[in-house]
Amino acid sequence: MASDPTDLTRRYAHELADGLRSGAFSAREVTDAHLAAAERDNRGLHAWLTIDASTARRQADAADQTLAAARSEGPAALAALPALLGLPVALKDLVSVEGGQCTAGSRILEGYHAPYDAHITERLRASGAVLLGKTNMDEFAMGSSTEHSAFGPTSNPWDLDRVPGGSSGGSAAAVAAFNAPFGIGTDTGGSIRQPAGLCGIVGMKPTYGRVSRYGIVAFASSLDQIGPFARDSRDAAALLHAVAGRDERDSTSAPMPVPDSLLGLAASDDAAAGALRGKRLGLPREYFVAGMEPGVEARVREAVAALETAGAIVEEVSLPHTEYGLATYYIVAPAEASANLARYDGIRYGPGRRDGDTLANVLATRGEGFGAEVKRRIMLGTYALSAGYYDAFYLKAQKVRTLIKADFDRLWADGFDALVAPTSPTVAFRFGARLADPVAMYLSDACTLPVNMAGLPGVSIPCGLSEGLPVGLQLIGAPWTEAELFGLARGYEAITADAPWRSVEPAQLAQAADPAGPTPAERAAGLAA
Amino acid sequence: MASLSRDDVAHVAHLARLGLTEAELGRLEGELNHILDQYGRLTELDTDAIAPTAQTIELENILRDDVVAPSLSQAAALANAAAARDGFIVVSAVLDRGD
Repeated sequence: MASDPTDLTRRYAHELADGLRSGAFSAREVTDAHLAAAERDNRGLHAWLTIDASTARRQADAADQTLAAARSEGPAALAALPALLGLPVALKDLVSVEGGQCTAGSRILEGYHAPYDAHITERLRASGAVLLGKTNMDEFAMGSSTEHSAFGPTSNPWDLDRVPGGSSGGSAAAVAAFNAPFGIGTDTGGSIRQPAGLCGIVGMKPTYGRVSRYGIVAFASSLDQIGPFARDSRDAAALLHAVAGRDERDSTSAPMPVPDSLLGLAASDDAAAGALRGKRLGLPREYFVAGMEPGVEARVREAVAALETAGAIVEEVSLPHTEYGLATYYIVAPAEASANLARYDGIRYGPGRRDGDTLANVLATRGEGFGAEVKRRIMLGTYALSAGYYDAFYLKAQKVRTLIKADFDRLWADGFDALVAPTSPTVAFRFGARLADPVAMYLSDACTLPVNMAGLPGVSIPCGLSEGLPVGLQLIGAPWTEAELFGLARGYEAITADAPWRSVEPAQLAQAADPAGPTPAERAAGLAA
Repeated sequence: MASLSRDDVAHVAHLARLGLTEAELGRLEGELNHILDQYGRLTELDTDAIAPTAQTIELENILRDDVVAPSLSQAAALANAAAARDGFIVVSAVLDRGD
């Protein structure tokens, strides 16, 4: 589908930043173009739970004043402007924005208004970003399809009958559908990388501790990490740079310097491709799992071959405890979730029941307020932590976690620069396809969740199409190597810059914009019937 | 691995303070046992000599000075409560007055 070359929504964030500085267009024009796209597509895609047009326009106007002042001062003032000035961002609806809703996709937080900004919200404001609104997600980030949102599912812009992945499916769909150049997600077992893969965009889960989680609704605290979505690696790296770094209010955020090289990824394809030469990449054989679609495996192996042609050294490696990752994750994550979600009792906030005694009110509030997947995980986690079962489940899983992490550590000690793997074993699946069997849904994350168990950074980048749907290539690195991973991602983008699939836009954008077309909820109901 | 009876499921629901319907308890009995079957795989691994991993970055003893810093106002902290009075959140009585 040919797009209008003057359409500002089709530009990368770094192109928009250049145009804002040169005065080719205003921040207000950039914001208005994205707001129009978001509002137009929201019936057909339902990527957004709220679109805050008036606040976004105010922020854009303030950015225009800052830009005008800097332009009149001269080149040094322009160069000193914050990187994200005037650029729109989509926030997953578990990021606190003072005064705004923050539902985490749950009825139990309907009507709750965040009393303060999250750390990353403060950082985005300081960087001049325009906050367009809040995006749909699986309830409390528990899911791989966004079908577990209490507010209805989101469609994948490549095929509106299919899921965008999850749990950060709203942010991924919004960025893929040109509703925003930037999105923020969280990733506990794959919730940024898997939807990035299924929607054909870039998404990174940084090292555990890289980004402060102050003001984010918690799911599993030893695994959760915030990260960026964008349509190329330069943009994603710039967004990570803006939000990363130590914050006293999250004592798990690490006092590690945030490298400015995140802002300096090679602009020239030759330089980016040249950086691949001599890089030592491991190809973990356990990630080519049973049940992997042949088209997905073919695209990933073609990407590996392209990296080799560009001078990277690829060796098959083994991560022998991979097969235990799923069971380990589905003990650790629900256990931590059951503790984190104990706070939702309807007493201090939220639409709680008030018609019985205190215990009856809490039981009713939680029974009615949580959806089926959240209840399932709270039950699993409570059981795994209960008297008599703690050693058999939670402690055992933490020990296996040590083995999973040691598999990776051995490869870093051997000198590998990164690992290359599929992001997900399949392309985007149809609504309802995995709802009946929780274990089938959990398998969507088989290639991503070991990375969370080990606390490592991982990025998913598009590597082609299978049956017309995007395939994600996952690059996994040692702790704190986000800039190096983005350098590899940028190199891959450079060597595939002319690949025909790069210019293919999501196939059903026009249908998503149809004001008379079905909503994702109607599509899902139709497929279930 | 252990398998959960219907009574076990109801007991765990009570521990979790989840008010579940009979239909939900029945469905969860099947689903939880199906998921617990997957956990059984972990018994294949001998982990007696392995230390547990609770978190992956080696930060320890994160301390700060105990100083007064800005925080939420009482009004902001109470703003999401369904009912507040005299700076407190109104809840159902926990104790009987005895009259």
